[in-house]
Amino acid sequence: MTDELTHPNIPVPEDLKGTVTLATWEKFYNWCRARSVWPMFFGLACCAFEMIAMATSRFDFARFGMEVMRASPRQADLMIVAGTVTKKMAPQVVRLYNQMAEPRYVVSMGACANGGGPFKEGYSVVSGIDKLIPVDVYVPGCPPTPQALLHGFVTLHKMIENTKYKDMIWYHNRGQGEEFAIPVLGPDIFDPRQIPLIQSEAAKTPVAANDSE
Amino acid sequence: MNEQVAESEGVQLDAAVGSVEQASQALREAFPGKVRPDEREGYEGVIVDADALVDAALFLRDQLGFRYLSSVTGVDYANDGLLESVYHAYGAESGALVFKVQVGCGNPEIPSLVSVWPSANFQERESYDMYGIRYAGHPNLQRILTWEGFAGHPMRKDWREPYYEEEHKPFKTRHPDGGVFRAEDRNPFGRNVQYSPGFDPAKWEDIAQSAVYDGLMREVKEEGLQTETITVNVGPQHPSTHGVLRVVVVLDGETVVDLMPVLGYLHRNHEKIGERCTFPQIIPYTDRLDYICSMSNGLGYVLAVEKLIGIQPPERAEYIRVIMAELTRIVNHLMAIGFLWNDVGAYFTPVIYAFNERELILDLFEMVSGSRMMCNYMRVGGVFEDLPAGWMEKARALVYDRLPRFVDEFHRLLSENEIWRSRSMGVGILPAEQAVAMGASGPLLRASGVPYDIRRVEPYSIYDRFDFDVVVRHNADVYDRFLVRMEEMRQSLRILRQAMNQIPAGPVQTGKKNWTMKVPAGEAYHRIEAPKGELGFYLVSDGGSNPWRYHVRSTSMINLTPLAEMCRGHKIADVVVILGSIDITLGEVDR
Amino acid sequence: MYGLGILKGLSVTLKHFVNTYVDDIKWGFAKRYTPEALLVRQSAEARGVFTVQYPEEVLLPQERFRFVPFLVYEGTDEDRQYRCTACGICAKACPPQCIWIVRAKDPETGKPLRRPAEFYVDIDICMNCGSCAEYCPFDAIQMDHDFELADHDRETAHIHDLQRLGKPVEYYAKIRPTYYAAEQEAKAAKAARAAKAKAARRKDK
Repeated sequence: MTDELTHPNIPVPEDLKGTVTLATWEKFYNWCRARSVWPMFFGLACCAFEMIAMATSRFDFARFGMEVMRASPRQADLMIVAGTVTKKMAPQVVRLYNQMAEPRYVVSMGACANGGGPFKEGYSVVSGIDKLIPVDVYVPGCPPTPQALLHGFVTLHKMIENTKYKDMIWYHNRGQGEEFAIPVLGPDIFDPRQIPLIQSEAAKTPVAANDSE
Repeated sequence: MNEQVAESEGVQLDAAVGSVEQASQALREAFPGKVRPDEREGYEGVIVDADALVDAALFLRDQLGFRYLSSVTGVDYANDGLLESVYHAYGAESGALVFKVQVGCGNPEIPSLVSVWPSANFQERESYDMYGIRYAGHPNLQRILTWEGFAGHPMRKDWREPYYEEEHKPFKTRHPDGGVFRAEDRNPFGRNVQYSPGFDPAKWEDIAQSAVYDGLMREVKEEGLQTETITVNVGPQHPSTHGVLRVVVVLDGETVVDLMPVLGYLHRNHEKIGERCTFPQIIPYTDRLDYICSMSNGLGYVLAVEKLIGIQPPERAEYIRVIMAELTRIVNHLMAIGFLWNDVGAYFTPVIYAFNERELILDLFEMVSGSRMMCNYMRVGGVFEDLPAGWMEKARALVYDRLPRFVDEFHRLLSENEIWRSRSMGVGILPAEQAVAMGASGPLLRASGVPYDIRRVEPYSIYDRFDFDVVVRHNADVYDRFLVRMEEMRQSLRILRQAMNQIPAGPVQTGKKNWTMKVPAGEAYHRIEAPKGELGFYLVSDGGSNPWRYHVRSTSMINLTPLAEMCRGHKIADVVVILGSIDITLGEVDR
Repeated sequence: MYGLGILKGLSVTLKHFVNTYVDDIKWGFAKRYTPEALLVRQSAEARGVFTVQYPEEVLLPQERFRFVPFLVYEGTDEDRQYRCTACGICAKACPPQCIWIVRAKDPETGKPLRRPAEFYVDIDICMNCGSCAEYCPFDAIQMDHDFELADHDRETAHIHDLQRLGKPVEYYAKIRPTYYAAEQEAKAAKAARAAKAKAARRKDK
């Protein structure tokens, strides 16, 4: 367990190996962080059941230090977007993300959350949650098996372990992270960031948006 | 724990007078000139004039005994300029009496039937949302799956989605040339959105949220200390709403005054996509309806298509279908009970135990179909492939040995727990009359003392060959629903044992499998006893290779109709327990 | 007595707790995590610890397991002979329409050839239904067993092209042995039939 922490440039005497580990503080800090990620109990669709299956005894994500799923975003580090993000649900997903404390991570689980999935062609599905909030790890599959999701967590762990101090928000004393714009349910959903674009498009195209493709 | 068949009169669905033909004859005679038979090729039932609809419905319900309105849905016959509202009503022993109302596309208005059958409530709202048919007299005619303010009625044939490519699949861009693209690259906004010309988002007033609170009862106090009610939103992100259901609760202190489920947070346009797909292409989509019970969804759908075509699967396929459907029922009930306990506060223990067994059953599904959850196993005229070598032995080990033992153990773990009993007994009572009127089905209906099981009343597939009991209990509370599910698992095991003993050898598919097929014009409604209740598929074919109309009569959504009735007067903490006892899956609620 | 029901329930959890140790003793602590033990622990025999220690041990998928498609090629990695004939049945049958095929053309005559020039699968749309593999008349497109696909970027990595989709026939034989054997058998039978017919024709002459 401790071997993965050992700094390659600092030799540990042979007889102390396995007992003593010399690592940088950054590495140790990240190692601790990676092993105590608390996910939010937040399921959207089909994938949620594979997520719960991962939490139960066969795949048991407590082995990764994830232990409890928090129902409140304030107590969670990790949002697993498990399932189809519909337009009606999108404002809530973004609001939940805004409520999470830094450092926060997003795992996009399954085809629907990644890019719309089989329901992409439909009118009420957001084609990819990464249009609204930043995503750290994408787990493909429809639905990903619990093991595929665990592989996503292994990927996330590696990412956390390779984070640098100076990339962290608290290091720059910026306090809370960025607030992301919450989409509004209009005649169709719209992102406040896109208002100028929508206005210019509306002025540009006198034909119905249906025919604009 | 043994089955108790309802003896008393009055709690049963009234026996219909004679057959469906006689009933429709009687209806025509009672309303001469207002009711005429539907004479289109491949169609059944009668067409009722809009102005006679409520009277005809009352006549059907009170005189002819059609007390259960199963399905209400709209169809857009764009070529004839007509919108149609289709109703399927059932009596205790009868088949479906189908009646329809046709109105012009311009100003579609039909009288609401909520006063006759309250089960029409959500379904009429859905039909209004999707087709723009206004149901005059509906108590709360709002959009249900999309939001208030949404532009257009999406299921209309002339309405196109932002990523629209072609009317039907397969799309021409996919083969033989054209090259890959992402749909968002072709949209000016890079998103799945479209706006009507001249729309200015800066001036938009967001009414989607405020509209939800209309139609809720607020005033409570007539005398004494004047207090104010508070409105609480449970969900859409809440650990106890089984997904993204939102429940708006009006509270007086901790007591529920009124409650309304707000749906549509997982609306994935299943039906619109279905109309774009060919008939066999819909099968994997049905897996994602009620994602716990993909096998039974597939079964319901292929049975509807087979009814439309008029083919029979081979003997072995029928047995395999029944085996899969019953295994699914066990999975569903295990999870329903597990999550119900989670809602009560047992946290994860029952869920974890239930999931162990579920995992073993999912292994069987994976072995036979290739996927744990999204099985995509049923095919029109058979099943995907025969059982692989070694499947039967594995399944026998479970069905004969492990699962019966587990159900007993589960019973020991849960049923007598005093905390559980005090939380569930006498909570969420749904009297039989109300259950029938509100369209409840499945364990919810049977726990109210109505011995109504489609496997028995209207046997589909080969269910008439098996010996099993229809589980009924009479207290109509949460505890009884729990016990009905427990006992149904035992009955499922009983059916499984018989099916595994009787299964013959032979082919598993009639004819050649193909990804597209021509289906004769006409309509078909087929319902099955899915684990959660009555799951119906309504198909209209225009003779092409894809359905003209594809509608799912979703158990979970209609079972939510009595939720407000059951919760009124209880404490807020009981709402999640009552909701858990209904057992819903949001994929099926919102589709 | 009030509380008896709870005690009864607790006895069940206690039994489960004890069973995990019984398992330990039965297998011997060291041998509990061997592949043989895993098979037993994951079957209907399972009594004690049910957990798969992913990623150290992996629960292998069943033969029919399906996860995003791949294209079978014969020959070596440098000289890939795809079985695919670019007939387009998979692209048509795909329910969410996530397959794009560009058929190769003869550079001189411009006639279409029986192989794909480009082949794409958008795995952000793919629903892993297996329709492509099911309806493929040449067993050219198959469903993969490799589920470890998590990554950090979907813009570049999630549309699989011909290079990414191609996997050797040996891999196919490894993950789907019964299907491969049946396929080879059918092929051999067909060859035998053809040889017989040829011989018969020769005799007639």
